[in-house]
Amino acid sequence: MTGEAVALIVLGGVLLAASVGVVLSKNLFHSVLWLALALVTTAGLFLALHAEFLAGAQVLLYAGGVVTLVVFAIMLTERLVGETIAQMNRGIGWGALAAAAVFVAIAAVVVPASRQDPGRGASTTAALGEALLTEWALAFEVLGALLVAALLGALYLARADD
Amino acid sequence: MLKAYLLLAAAMFAIGLFGVLTRRNAVGILLAIELMLNAVNLNLVAFARAGGGVAGWLLALFLIAVTVAEVAVGLAIVIMIFRVRRTVEADHLNLLRG
Repeated sequence: MTGEAVALIVLGGVLLAASVGVVLSKNLFHSVLWLALALVTTAGLFLALHAEFLAGAQVLLYAGGVVTLVVFAIMLTERLVGETIAQMNRGIGWGALAAAAVFVAIAAVVVPASRQDPGRGASTTAALGEALLTEWALAFEVLGALLVAALLGALYLARADD
Repeated sequence: MLKAYLLLAAAMFAIGLFGVLTRRNAVGILLAIELMLNAVNLNLVAFARAGGGVAGWLLALFLIAVTVAEVAVGLAIVIMIFRVRRTVEADHLNLLRG
C-alpha cells in the first residue's frame, strides 16, 4: 500500500468522523471545533494530493479565519442572553434520507465511471501563481474586489447601532 | 485513487446536506454549508491531481476566497437578525412571511 493510500484512509476516517460531529454535536461550540478538525484534515488531504499552497491557504483562511469568525458570532449571539448554546436537530429521519439519496446518486455516477487516470499533472505552486497573474489576472482582481465588498458589507451589517 | 477521493467528498457533502436540513440554529446551518463547500474543494483538488492541472487549484483557491466572503456576510446577517429578534433559530425567523 502506498503512502498516499494510507494517508487517504486515515485522514478520510478522521474527516468523516469530524463531519458527523459538526452536524450532530449538541453543543454549538463543539460543532465549531469539529469543523476546525475537519478543515485541518482536509488540508492534510491537500498535502497528500501535492497541493501544498492550497493546504496552507486552507489552514490560514478556513481553520484560522472562518473558525475564528464563527466563534465570535457564537459569543455575540449566545452568550449575551446567558442561554445555553445547546442546539437540536429536527426531522433527522427525513434529513438522513435526503442526504443518503444524494450520496447514492453521486456514487452511482462516480463508481461506474471508467476514466483512466492520466499521467500525473505537473502542477506546481509556481504554475499556479503564473496562471493567477497572467491568464486569470482579471478574475483575480475581481476576487479581491469581492472580498473588499463582502467585508465592508459585513462591517456595515454588524456595526453597533448608534 | 481518484474515485476514493470523490466518494469521500460525496460522503462529506451528504453529511453537510444533512446538517443544513436538520439544524435549527442559523450558525449551525452555516457550519454545515462550510462542510459542503469543503467537499467541493476536495473534489477540485483531487481532479487537479488526476490530470486537471492548475485549473483545479485555481477553482479551489477562488472557492476558498468566495467562501470566506460568504461566511463574513452570513455571520453579519446572523448577528443583525439576533439584534432584532433575539434569536437565531431558523424556525422562528419568519419576518418575510406574508
